[in-house]
Amino acid sequence: MSDVIALGWRQFRLERKQFWRNPTAAFFGFMLPVVFLLIIGSLTPASDRDIIIPGIAGMNVMASTFNAIAMNMTFRREQGLLKRTRGTPMPTGSYLGGVFGNVAFNGTVQVALTVVGGVVLFGLPWPYHWDELVIFTVVGIFSFTALGIAFSHVIPNFDAAPAYTNFVFLPSILLGGVFFDPATTSSAVLDDIARVLPISHFIAGMRGAIQPDGGLSHHVGDVTVLALWGLVGLWFAIRGFSWEQRRA
Amino acid sequence: MPAAAAIEVQGLRKTYDDREAVRGIDFSVRRGEVFGLLGPNGAGKTTTVEILEGYRTRSAGSVSVLGHDPEERPPALRERVGIVLQSCGTYPHLSARETVAHWASLYASPRDVEEVIALAGLEEAADRRARTLSGGQQRRLDLALALIGDPELVFLDEPTTGFDPAARRAAWDTVRSLRDLGKTVLLTTHYLDEAQALADRVAIIKDGRILAIGTPGELGVGAAQRVRVSWRGEDGELHEREVDDPTRLLHELTAEALARGGSVRELTVVRPSLEDVYLELTAEEEETVGV
Repeated sequence: MSDVIALGWRQFRLERKQFWRNPTAAFFGFMLPVVFLLIIGSLTPASDRDIIIPGIAGMNVMASTFNAIAMNMTFRREQGLLKRTRGTPMPTGSYLGGVFGNVAFNGTVQVALTVVGGVVLFGLPWPYHWDELVIFTVVGIFSFTALGIAFSHVIPNFDAAPAYTNFVFLPSILLGGVFFDPATTSSAVLDDIARVLPISHFIAGMRGAIQPDGGLSHHVGDVTVLALWGLVGLWFAIRGFSWEQRRA
Repeated sequence: MPAAAAIEVQGLRKTYDDREAVRGIDFSVRRGEVFGLLGPNGAGKTTTVEILEGYRTRSAGSVSVLGHDPEERPPALRERVGIVLQSCGTYPHLSARETVAHWASLYASPRDVEEVIALAGLEEAADRRARTLSGGQQRRLDLALALIGDPELVFLDEPTTGFDPAARRAAWDTVRSLRDLGKTVLLTTHYLDEAQALADRVAIIKDGRILAIGTPGELGVGAAQRVRVSWRGEDGELHEREVDDPTRLLHELTAEALARGGSVRELTVVRPSLEDVYLELTAEEEETVGV
């Protein structure tokens, strides 16, 4: 067991090294989210920041987990890197644990940056409900990552990966309530759509954490829906998992 | 255990949805030998090797690799096997040395990283990121990654396809050095000369069946390496002759042409392609079956 963990840790460190050395990954997984936080946070009137900044947390977490892992798994499958790894004695759990750990780390960094940035730069209070923040971060990262791995099985090749991921990501952030509160929108259709998307439930939890009248007890439904999405994603991620690119 | 075969294959079949890629093949590979699976593209070589490597399940038959069933993917087997796949990537942003060192950490008793880098001929490229390596250096890295676990058995799937002649010769030297190290090697190739140069024994495979197994000499692979000479004669006809050694024929042709002060028109000297040799072999096979 200790070997499995030790190898997983090695894989995690290797993933971190790869992440920082890969300009595309570092830009989309770290820099761009930070820039979005700075720009959108600055453009938002102070009275709306408690709505918009948690929304940005949702967008950034989805970008650094779902998008990143869907692209990365597609790339590695196409390059044969997964197949090569499969031929070594490395336990599957160590490998996927290391890969997941990398993405989870990036997602956590994004939540931390939004919270700290919200307080330091944009005058938001520190979260009132840390337990809610932590639980939604953990469940959200798990769910978006599982969904990202599952989604990578739909992507036919790496050239198509940006189009496929953005086909899911862009509607999610626009309709899922990154830039508005679905509960207050006058459009019933928008509200219904938002209720289905996992990102809106994640954002609801993030908003709840920084509002005095929020708290985990008010968002049990949100965390449940988010977790269910994660379990569905996990089921497809495992069921459909392929170490090789399917031949056309 | 050393007396037992490294690989035993009996009645192996693999059926995909609509086609039979491997149709009942038997062979065994002895420890310490270089065994070649020779055949044209689509013959079932890669399918066979990937079943032995544990990447694919078989439809029927029995397979034993170093005493294990590869389909069960036992970690103990993966510790002892090195695999060079066709066109497989590595982490693009790690240096060759970092990649080899990472792979070393995956094995219980790996070889020394610097030693393997030297063995694979990667010293000059060791500090370069994998994405900047040339095709040939990338293949050397493939080899280094296959050898880092100090395997007893090495699979090489078409190790020189797409190589220029110099890289090809270097790869051949490496295979020979594997044999000198006492490794068992299973090699697939569609190059006749490669099988002839490297393999102790060769199985010729076509359409999922083995047509013949033996040493290159026994198989007459050498005899099949005839040379075809063709030229346009004074009569305007195209002549064609197949000979073992073209020296005498060429001398006669050129001497005759010089004597009359002309030239040998449209002279070509070619070795028959693998295609030709296969046609010959398969034709013989059908005759034998027909008798």
